Amino acid sequence: MDLVLVQIFNGIQYGFLIFLAASGLTLVFGILGVINLAHGSFYMLGAYLALTLTQLTGDVFLAVAIGIPLAVAFGAAIEWAFVRHLYARDHLQQVLLTFALILIFNEVQRIGWGSHPHSVLAPSYLSGSIRLTDTLTYPVYRLALTAICATLAAAMFLVIQKTRVGRLIRAGESNREMTELLGFDSRWLYRFVFAAGTALAALAGMLAAPVESVYPGIGERVLIISFVVVVIGGIGSIKGAFLGALVIGVADALGKVFLPSLAGVVVYALMAAVLVVRPGGLFGRVIR
Amino acid sequence: MSSTRREFLSTALAAGAFTLAAPSLRNVRAAGPLKVGLLLPASGTFAPLGEAITRAAKLYVASKGGSLAGRPVTFVSLDDESAPPKATELTNKLVFGENVDVLMGTVHSGVAAAMVKIAREAGVTTLVPNAGADAITRAMCAPNIFRTSFANGQIGAATAKAMLAAGVKEAMTCTWRYAAGEEMVGGFKETFEAGGGKVTKDIALPFPDVEFQSALAEIAAAKPQAVYSFFAGGGAAKFIKDYAAAGLSGAVPLWGPGFLTDGVEQAVGAAGNGIRTVLHYADGLDNPENKAFSATFKAAHGIDPDVYAVQGWDAMQVLDIGLAAVSGDTAKKDAMHAAMAAAKFASPRGPFEFSASRNPKQNFYARELKDGKNRMTGIAAASFADSGKGCRA
Repeated sequence: MDLVLVQIFNGIQYGFLIFLAASGLTLVFGILGVINLAHGSFYMLGAYLALTLTQLTGDVFLAVAIGIPLAVAFGAAIEWAFVRHLYARDHLQQVLLTFALILIFNEVQRIGWGSHPHSVLAPSYLSGSIRLTDTLTYPVYRLALTAICATLAAAMFLVIQKTRVGRLIRAGESNREMTELLGFDSRWLYRFVFAAGTALAALAGMLAAPVESVYPGIGERVLIISFVVVVIGGIGSIKGAFLGALVIGVADALGKVFLPSLAGVVVYALMAAVLVVRPGGLFGRVIR
Repeated sequence: MSSTRREFLSTALAAGAFTLAAPSLRNVRAAGPLKVGLLLPASGTFAPLGEAITRAAKLYVASKGGSLAGRPVTFVSLDDESAPPKATELTNKLVFGENVDVLMGTVHSGVAAAMVKIAREAGVTTLVPNAGADAITRAMCAPNIFRTSFANGQIGAATAKAMLAAGVKEAMTCTWRYAAGEEMVGGFKETFEAGGGKVTKDIALPFPDVEFQSALAEIAAAKPQAVYSFFAGGGAAKFIKDYAAAGLSGAVPLWGPGFLTDGVEQAVGAAGNGIRTVLHYADGLDNPENKAFSATFKAAHGIDPDVYAVQGWDAMQVLDIGLAAVSGDTAKKDAMHAAMAAAKFASPRGPFEFSASRNPKQNFYARELKDGKNRMTGIAAASFADSGKGCRA
C-alpha cells in the first residue's frame, strides 16, 4: 500500500513537471496553429542556460531569474526570423522547418557545451531530504519543484481567465480570423504567445536541471511526452494540458510498477483510449 | 563539410608521413599506403567515444612514424551517427567505394551488427574497438572480425564474480529494456545464480526513459542486499544522482558494469561516491604500458585517456602485429588474420590476448568511484574470456 501511495505521489510530481513543458506547446499549437517540433530544444536550452548561469551566479533560482528574460527574447527572435513565415503554410512545412531547428540547436549545443553529461546543483538550502518510508527518502528540491509548478499552474489559470491578454489568447484560440476582424493586431499576440511558449519550455528545463542531469538530447523525450499530453488534453487547452499531464504522470509511475512489461506503452495506450472516447481530447474541440 | 576537411587533413598528414618514411620503403614490395576506414560516431551522444578511439588509433600510427610494417597509413573517416539504418550504406561505401584494407568500427552495437554482417561476407580485416553486442564474437564471429573491447555478457559475468566475492547473495537488477541492457543483465544473472546468488527481481525500464522514481521506490520497498544496474551517459548520471537522493546509496550498495560510472564522474559528483563497478580498465592503472600510454595521450590531447582510447590504441596494436607477420602484404589475408588471432601483448589495460572467438581474454578490475576517479580496488576476474557461445568460425 505504501508503494502505491509513493508511486501516486511520484506520478503527480512528474506530472507537474511535464505540465510546465506541455503548456507552452499547447499554447503555440492551439493559437498559432504551428506544430513546433523545436519545443524540446527550448527545454534543452533552458537546461543548459541553468547549467551556465548557475555556474556564474551560484544559485539555480538566480539562474532562472536571468534565464527567463533571455528565453523570452530568444523565443521572440525565433518567431520573427522563422516561425511567422509559417502561419499561412501547411503542417508539413512547419515540421520541416522546426525539425531543421532541432538539428541546428543540437549542433550548437554540442559545439558550445560538448557531449558529456553535466550536473546542476540544487541550492544548499533545498539540498536535504525528507524521510518517506524507512528506506526511502525524498529530496526537498523535488518537493519544492512540485510546489513551484503548482503555483505556476495556478498563475497561468489566473492570467488566462482574468486578464485582457488571457482573453485575447482564448479568443485567438477559439477563432483566429474573428479576433483579427475585431481589430487586434495578431502579429504581436502571436509573437507574445510564441515567446511565452518558449519561456515555459525553457523554465521547465531550468527548474528540472538539478533533478535531471543535463545532457545532449535531453529535450527529445520531453517533446514526445508533451505532444502526448497536448493530444490527451485537447489542443490549445491549458486546463486539458494540466489534467493530461497529471494523468500521464500517474499512469506512467503506476504502470512501471504494476505492468512492468507494458511500461513503455501504458502512456500511449492511454492516449489511444482517450482519442477513441473523445477524438478532440479531454477539453478540445474536434479539429477543424 | 567537416568530414571533407578531416579527409583533407588526414590525406595531407599521410602525404607528409609518406615523404618522411620514403627512404625505408624502397625495400618493401607492397609499398602502397594502407587504407584504414574508420566508421565511428562524430556526432550525437557517442561522439566523445568516437573521438577518443580515433585519437588513440591515429596516435599509435603517429608513434610508429606514420606507417605500420613499412606501409604508410591513411585514414578515411565516416560519421556513423550511431544510426543503425545508415550503417549498411556507410559500410558499403568504405569497403567497396573506398576499397579500404582495414575496417574499424564502431561504438553503437546496432551499427556494429550491420557493419559486421557486410564485413564477414566481404572478408575485409575488421577491428571492433567498442560495440559490446554479444553476437559479434558469438553467433556472428568470423576469422576476419577482431574485437578489442569486451562482450556485454562478459562484463556482466565479471561483475557477478566481484559481487559474489564481496559476499552479495541476493540482488535486484535495474536497466533499460534494450539489447545492451539485456545482455549486461543476462551475463550477470547466469554467473551470479551459478555461483549461488539469487536475483530477486529484474526491473527493466523503457529505453531511454530517465524517470527513475518508480524504480527507486520499488527498490526501497524490497530492500535487496545490492542492486546491479546498467545505464550509460546522461541516463547513468541521472540514475546515480536519483539513487543517492532517494537515500538508497547507504542502505543498498549499487553495483554495475564500469560503463555506469565512466564519463559521468564529474556530473554525479559526491552522489557517485562508493559505487562499485567492474571493467577491463581503471583510472591510473599501475603498469608501465598504461603510464607510457597515458603520458603520450595527455601530451597530444591534454586529457587523460579513457577506456575507449585504450580500445582504439589496442586495435592498432593488433593490426600492427598482423601486418608485421606478413611484412605489410595485406594480400596474405589468412596469415595476417592468424597472426592477429594469436596476438599477445601488454596493453595499458594489462595482459591482452584473444579467446577462440577473437574477443579479448583480459583482466576485469573491481573499482570504486571516489572523488571523480574510478580507482581499482582489486581484480574481479583475472584473464577472463567470454563464453563465445555459438561461434563456429
